[in-house]
Amino acid sequence: MLETLTTFLFGRLSLESFPYHEPIVVATFFAVLLGGIALVAALSYFKLWGYLWTEWFTTVDHKRIGIMYMILGLIMLLRGFADAIMMRAQQAIAFNGSEGYLNSHHFDQVFTAHGVIMIFFVAMPFVTGLMNYVVPLQIGARDVSFPFLNNFSFWMTVGGAVLIMASLFIGEFARTGWLAYPPLSGLEASPDVGVDYYIWALQVAGVGTTLSGINLICTIIKMRAPGMTMMKMPVFTWTSLCTNVLIVASFPILTAVLVLLSLDRYVGTHFFTSDMGGNPMMYVNLIWIWGHPEVYILILPCFGIFSEVTSTFTGKKLFGYTSMVYATVVITILSYLVWLHHFFTMGSGASVNSFFGITTMIISIPTGAKIFNWLFTMYRGRIRFELPMMWTIAFMLTFVIGGMTGVLLAVPPADFVLHNSLFLIAHFHNVIIGGVLFGLFAGIYYWWPKAFGFRLDPFWGKMSFWFWVIGFYFAFMPLYVLGLMGVTRRLRVFEDPSLQIWFQIAAFGAVLIALGIGSFLIQIAVSILKRKQLVDVSGDPWHGRTLEWATSSPPPGYNFAFTPVIHDNDAWWDMKKRGYARPLEGFRPIHMPSNTGAGIILAGISTALGFAMIWHIWWLAAVSFIGLLVVAIGHTFNYNRDFHIPVDEVVRTENERTRLLSGQV
Amino acid sequence: MTTTVEAMHGSHAGHDTPRGATPPVFYVRDEHAHEAASTALGFWIYLMSDCLIFAVLFATYGVLGASYAGGPTAKELFDLPLVALNTSMLLLSSITYGFAMLAMEKGRTAQTQGWLAITLLFGLAFLGIELYEFAHLIHEGAGPWRSAFLSAFFTLVGTHGLHVTFGSVWLVTLMVQVARRGLIPANRRRLMCLSMFWHFLDVIWIGVFTYVYLMGALR
Repeated sequence: MLETLTTFLFGRLSLESFPYHEPIVVATFFAVLLGGIALVAALSYFKLWGYLWTEWFTTVDHKRIGIMYMILGLIMLLRGFADAIMMRAQQAIAFNGSEGYLNSHHFDQVFTAHGVIMIFFVAMPFVTGLMNYVVPLQIGARDVSFPFLNNFSFWMTVGGAVLIMASLFIGEFARTGWLAYPPLSGLEASPDVGVDYYIWALQVAGVGTTLSGINLICTIIKMRAPGMTMMKMPVFTWTSLCTNVLIVASFPILTAVLVLLSLDRYVGTHFFTSDMGGNPMMYVNLIWIWGHPEVYILILPCFGIFSEVTSTFTGKKLFGYTSMVYATVVITILSYLVWLHHFFTMGSGASVNSFFGITTMIISIPTGAKIFNWLFTMYRGRIRFELPMMWTIAFMLTFVIGGMTGVLLAVPPADFVLHNSLFLIAHFHNVIIGGVLFGLFAGIYYWWPKAFGFRLDPFWGKMSFWFWVIGFYFAFMPLYVLGLMGVTRRLRVFEDPSLQIWFQIAAFGAVLIALGIGSFLIQIAVSILKRKQLVDVSGDPWHGRTLEWATSSPPPGYNFAFTPVIHDNDAWWDMKKRGYARPLEGFRPIHMPSNTGAGIILAGISTALGFAMIWHIWWLAAVSFIGLLVVAIGHTFNYNRDFHIPVDEVVRTENERTRLLSGQV
Repeated sequence: MTTTVEAMHGSHAGHDTPRGATPPVFYVRDEHAHEAASTALGFWIYLMSDCLIFAVLFATYGVLGASYAGGPTAKELFDLPLVALNTSMLLLSSITYGFAMLAMEKGRTAQTQGWLAITLLFGLAFLGIELYEFAHLIHEGAGPWRSAFLSAFFTLVGTHGLHVTFGSVWLVTLMVQVARRGLIPANRRRLMCLSMFWHFLDVIWIGVFTYVYLMGALR
């Protein structure tokens, strides 16, 4: 009787679900608990809850949502990196009969969580955050097309992150690798909650990602300032457009394939089972039809960042703007025609493999064109080696190596040898760290003064840069060597002692990267303390070229007092060159969207729904599903979604800027 | 979208602007609303993303549609006259929704509501018949867990059914909102979105009807 009741109330959740017998997890839990209590106490002491709720959590301002995405990405980077360094440590010591310090149950969760977190909850929030912040400013808009959806998308991403973090302390995470291939992820091989955490975390976050993609496409298509034709859009906006097209055209596939996997697990269907006509390779195909565009979703905005940075810091117009745009579009299309190169070993035959091998190699052509465009932009430019430019140059050197190993892997016979080896691991870290991460750092350093009105401290930035770049080479070049020697991925212990030195070098690299991350955090703290010295009142600290530099730093809620008119690709450069004078009078009330709490509430309920489904707490699932419908429908009965910023406030804001600008001269 | 352009003159002319020439216009004073125009596009894009979900389900059915695992085949299971009836319900609901939109264009609230109600009834009839079909199949031992073919069949048809269910809930919501506020621009926009959604489901159903039922009966 009691058992029936507890099963009804808590589903699969019991005291045994809490890993209190695992010292590492318990210690982490208490660290997180203490940190959490300290944070909550501090927020309560300084009475910040009301401020956070009204100004941040419920905000529809694309800039604040962008900043919140970046904070989420940073927090999750620390978690994802903790997983990484645990793996490096384990592999460096698990030789000569030593089992290392992680048992297989743990090690398998660690590598799965590392991949999932780094892609979905680090790279994606960072990329989405930058696009959210920068795109409306670059096109001279006041906000995105659907400001409420933007807030909702952000909180859904947080919901997914919360579920994945919960799996650390309640139950366990998947032990399947980051793409959860069946039949390993099926009910028979993974009956516990790990894969369910995986499914629901990605589904909740995936809704947010898809909606945010639709939102940004509409914003770019519909809300450009007058005069900004498609071929006058800044390159970052172009790459963002292509990325969001990719998001909308690929995330539904992930959603659908995860639904099918859930049906196999919850209902007992036979899509991907080994019996009753199921076909596991169907899953592998479908998930890579999402997965390959996903890597371009991450890299394309970074290509945009590099374009902006190169052109700004060489003081020149970007070389080959048109070819850059076409290269981006071609990559967008080609990214759908290469998915099978992730599993040439499926055995689909020489013709199919050749097709996908060739399309893969073709992608290197537009990508190479981009590299040459950046080089030619730098050629005879007056290059300023500020931090964004340093990251860009590190990217160009590193990414070319990653690109070449990629072309190598695109050759099916070579891939048969290297499939699932550490060579592959080295390759994709080479392009994702060397491309996406370096790009994100370049973007963060470049746009930080815009977002906060002061620059980041260059000394700690350079420390971070050198630790990261050198650390990257130490951490991943040994993996190329090991991969060529035939070492496969995801191994916990090793028998051949001659391999150990390579893993130790890689672990040393991971330590350097840890120092790089540490320097980055110190840099943020130091910069906040020294913000008076690092201040920029001009709003244009880098002598920028695009519209975001035309307004103040940080920009006012309405971005631009008057909508700008565009005559040139480098709109702000053109304005500066042709005697633009900032308007000082004639301001009008500005029409803006209102804040709403509906987004965070809906996302909170969705997270509860996910948790209930993971633990089979059916009553909670039913209640939260109904709650979701009620709140969503209730929200549509609210017709008052906007307001006008009174003209006095606009005048006050603009006069303050006038005062700052005149003080600077 | 008429915007008054007022040139703002720079206090000091830039070197690229010839003396005496009018300096270029760098901003406009009048705003124009973006939201209405964005909604139609945004909803179209959403529909296309939804279409991709169906594409995955169709592809899955295409791959697994003959994996009977020794169980019943499509030919043995499908009851074409029933499906034809079902199809006619959905197609008629699309036509009546069209009439609702025509009434909306003429600003006739009561007529709009009437056609919406009829649309809802057709929609519910479609769902009723589909549920009957599903119950019948499960009763015969041909549930989604019987074989990969049936898994794919139930998921594809069921996902479409879930969409119609969702559309019906939405339809009721909009009827309440029209009753409360009349055919204001916000409500017209919403009715337009639901209209696209409803016709979209019709298009998907034609695919289901042809690809799953008709071709299944031929297999």
